[in-house]
Amino acid sequence: MKAIVTVLGKDQIGIIASVCTLMAGHKVNVLDISQTLLKETFTMVMLVDIAACDIPFADLASALEAEGAARSLSIRIQREEIFSAMHKI
Amino acid sequence: MINTRDIFETIEMIDQQHLDIRTITMGISLLDCADADAATACRKIYDKITSRAEKLVATGEAIEREFGIPIVHKRISVTPMAMVAGASQTEDYVPFAKAMDDAAKTCGVNFIGGFSALVQKGFTAGDRKLIAAIPEALATTDFVCSSVNVGSTRAGIDMNAVRLMGEVIKATAERTADRGGFGCAKLVVFCNAVEDNPFMAGAFHGVGEAECVINVGVSGPGVVYHALKGVKGEPFDVVAETIKKTAFQVTRMGQLVAREASRRLDVPFGIVDLSLAPTPAIGDSVARILEEMGLEACGTHGTTAALALLNDAVKKGGVMASSHVGGLSGAFIPVSEDEGMIAAANCGALTLDKLEAMTCVCSVGLDMIAVPGDTTAETLSAIIADEAAIGMINSKTTAVRIIPAPGRRVGDTVEFGGLLGSAPVMPVHPFSSAGFIARGGRIPAPLQSLKN
Repeated sequence: MKAIVTVLGKDQIGIIASVCTLMAGHKVNVLDISQTLLKETFTMVMLVDIAACDIPFADLASALEAEGAARSLSIRIQREEIFSAMHKI
Repeated sequence: MINTRDIFETIEMIDQQHLDIRTITMGISLLDCADADAATACRKIYDKITSRAEKLVATGEAIEREFGIPIVHKRISVTPMAMVAGASQTEDYVPFAKAMDDAAKTCGVNFIGGFSALVQKGFTAGDRKLIAAIPEALATTDFVCSSVNVGSTRAGIDMNAVRLMGEVIKATAERTADRGGFGCAKLVVFCNAVEDNPFMAGAFHGVGEAECVINVGVSGPGVVYHALKGVKGEPFDVVAETIKKTAFQVTRMGQLVAREASRRLDVPFGIVDLSLAPTPAIGDSVARILEEMGLEACGTHGTTAALALLNDAVKKGGVMASSHVGGLSGAFIPVSEDEGMIAAANCGALTLDKLEAMTCVCSVGLDMIAVPGDTTAETLSAIIADEAAIGMINSKTTAVRIIPAPGRRVGDTVEFGGLLGSAPVMPVHPFSSAGFIARGGRIPAPLQSLKN
């Protein structure tokens, strides 16, 4: 099962490292990463595989949100299908 | 990987443009709960609803979390109760409403629809008892919604039912006078009611439906409004195309959620209702979409044309995005639930007469409109008759959800709170329709040819 992780907020050291560490800790595999910096706003999109994740989806989402809140970032995870449904025929 | 811009566009729609799934509604047949003993029937009704819908709310919340899309309501619709209760040897149908209400509370849903009767061509004994119980049922339950179908294109309009419903609306308002006549916000009078509508207060599970189905209502006025801001001054061809594309995207999301809910609950998928359902939140208004097309205020000349375009484009865009489209599908124009409509009514741009004209081209009818508390039952009936006639002649669903707010006058505002919003009390015509309503009988079904 694939999901999309999005990170939005002020650029700072270690964003990718902290998100990846958290996900690695729960056996979430990162498949693709794309990041850009618009002025000072950091945006990152990650495609991840959550098939082997060792905690329920809701708990993973909460952990990512808490990680984001600690760094004043918006971090969320959503199942990939919602984006493909809306943007692909 | 999906385009990053598309991903952030979706997130912006959800975060800033109020994109949501408005409702997942589980339709449940109660035909097998009929029993000669009313108490037994009520127990069967409670048991069936609570077992079928046991996981509805939890499943909805899980989907919400995983897809990151708000699902505002989880609701239940049931077989029109007059048909189920008709088998019981009792004069009092209020206990059936209480059974529905208890079941709704146990399941954790916030509305249950189907305290209903279909009387477009006449009353059964059960229909009469159910309609008589509506004021008490709506005053003494929290989540029960009621609807009565008084006309159809094939049957004409039952004017006896129209007369009765004017009286029932008055009585319901008086029974809930301490809450501004709130009971009337849970009561809809239909012409051409649909059997698979997931939206309240008019949802019921039609007799042509399966044992249990999942219907989903999508929303998204804010998304359409935002998209139209990007095509300022462009011709209507561009406006229609923009609305279609947006409706397609919104409906695809609805279809995905509907399929997922159906799979997880192991209940067949019924339909996606592609309606633009406004909320009182700023930026989630159908009126503001019409104004974005170039109208100074919703209700001014041009509003009906703008709404016709919007309603049609929403359907065209949505139809391709879902395998089964149904329900009411179109644009809703509930006054109290739409920030722009409230503003338009308050500034005098939007009148009851203009709303009636708008209902000729929108998805439903006169919705969530407060009128003075001293409005007579005959006037309410006449408003219902006009609306039913529009539905009957145009082969579309029309409805009236009107609140004669006790003790309130034109210029007052009735607060209902939450998504039901606040309704400015609008004036009705001062001239009597009593002689017209006193006639009773039936208005014959119209011709389906020679349509000019």
